[in-house]
Amino acid sequence: MSTFDGVNGKTRQRMLSAATLLGFFLLWEIMCLATGVSDLILPRPSQIALVLWEKFPLLWPHTVQTLYTTLTGFALGVTVGIIIGVVIGSSRLAYDVAYPLLVGFSSIPKVAVVPIFVVWFGAGTVPAVLTSMVISIFPVVVNVATGLANTEPELEDVLRVLGARKRDILWNVSLPRALPYLFASLKIAITLAFVGTVLSETVAANKGIGNVMMIASGNFDVPLVFAGLVILAVMGVMLYAVSSFIEGRMTGWAQRKNDVVMG
Amino acid sequence: MNDPFIQLSDVSLRYAGGTVALSNTDLRIEQGDFVALVGPSGCGKSTILKLVAGLLQPSSGGVLVARREVAAAEGSKAGGQRVRIGLAFQNPTMLPWLTIRENVMIPLKIVDPFRQDYAKKKKGEYADRAEALLAQVGLKGFGDKRPWQLSGGMLQRASLCRALVHDPQLLLLDEPFGALDQFTREELWDIMQALWIRQRPTVLLVTHDLRESAYLANRICVMSSRPGRILEEREVPFARPRTLESSYSPEFATLVQQLRMRIAHARSPSDTEATAEGVSA
Repeated sequence: MSTFDGVNGKTRQRMLSAATLLGFFLLWEIMCLATGVSDLILPRPSQIALVLWEKFPLLWPHTVQTLYTTLTGFALGVTVGIIIGVVIGSSRLAYDVAYPLLVGFSSIPKVAVVPIFVVWFGAGTVPAVLTSMVISIFPVVVNVATGLANTEPELEDVLRVLGARKRDILWNVSLPRALPYLFASLKIAITLAFVGTVLSETVAANKGIGNVMMIASGNFDVPLVFAGLVILAVMGVMLYAVSSFIEGRMTGWAQRKNDVVMG
Repeated sequence: MNDPFIQLSDVSLRYAGGTVALSNTDLRIEQGDFVALVGPSGCGKSTILKLVAGLLQPSSGGVLVARREVAAAEGSKAGGQRVRIGLAFQNPTMLPWLTIRENVMIPLKIVDPFRQDYAKKKKGEYADRAEALLAQVGLKGFGDKRPWQLSGGMLQRASLCRALVHDPQLLLLDEPFGALDQFTREELWDIMQALWIRQRPTVLLVTHDLRESAYLANRICVMSSRPGRILEEREVPFARPRTLESSYSPEFATLVQQLRMRIAHARSPSDTEATAEGVSA
């Protein structure tokens, strides 16, 4: 039946994905029950769900805090990343001069900068925002610079002969051409920003899911730790989905290369 | 005859690596003329085109367009009356995020008398202008399509429209039909000829297709291999509009054959002039 390849094929694929997800939790539950493993080691999904439900009023403000920190850090990181990327990508000299410094910075494990931020700004939201900012800058810089450097020289010639200024070329050609690269990097950056936030929260914060998990694990409240993990997972998936959706809307032209060719 | 539109006098160009792309070249092109540059590959045809466009500066000698020294392409702030130039390459280089019409309209967004009114007229007058050109090259109704929805031949037509939309005084074509199949190419020759007859820009066409040069140009300049210079200029006497049938006439075939032999001769080592220059270079 050829209809399975079309719309039905897609629904079928989605249903299979959902079934796999459900099956995973089911298997987890059954294994825990069968082996009788203590919930101090590995709580069952049903226990985690119960904790999520009961402690939701307590967990909610922390969720909001983590989300807020992540988004702020991400926004700052992307802004700074775009600026640095445009500067580096549109000038060969700037690229050559700044590149070693950039590589140096980007190869520092970002965990290492948290203590420094704590010393400078004290424990709390600020180091978390900064960590997630610092961690999300680099993929944006690299991608934007690469995208800008990829302008076809022939097209640039066409525009230069028309008397286009550097600004015209940047605005009409280079920046739009770099957009798919930027959006691809946003997906990476949002995930990293999230990692940065949670990281910093576990080390030095008094709010946020990372902090909750840290305290819960100190109290051997393992189901609560797992509840925090589930919240993080859901939030991460949602952030990724949102940025992928925006990417599809903004740069559809870059993904339809294989569309029907006419004539 | 004393003030040609384009004048190259004793122009040489040496690239940074030491390669001599062009040596002591002279070329005159009258306003409204259609000149083709032919020659073996790597002979500096495209170099001449880039010199005229102002994309390259000569190492020595002068390049005058409309009696003015060609300025560096950037830095148009100096202003004055720039010569309006249209440029088309073998690769159509359409911007994939714009529609075909928007692509054709790019020069209007950048070139000076048009750019001031761009925001005001892009929906009306300018769009009509682009559509009219697209209709002339047989792309009526394709203005709203995206580049990836069109074939190579269609994109090349659109690229011609983009080169002509701002009513250029000078049209520079660098093997614009090189990547197309024979049938499409011949069809585009006709379209190109019709556009030239209508708008009458000065055209400099770089090509390695001798039939193409004989079909389109008023004058053909044959170039030697590197370091390039112009060996011979041939007037093309055939009446216009030229047709596909006329391109199979005996006179046409003779001209193409003579050009072919001239280039073969230019490439062979027995050409004393070329050898002498090869040694000195």
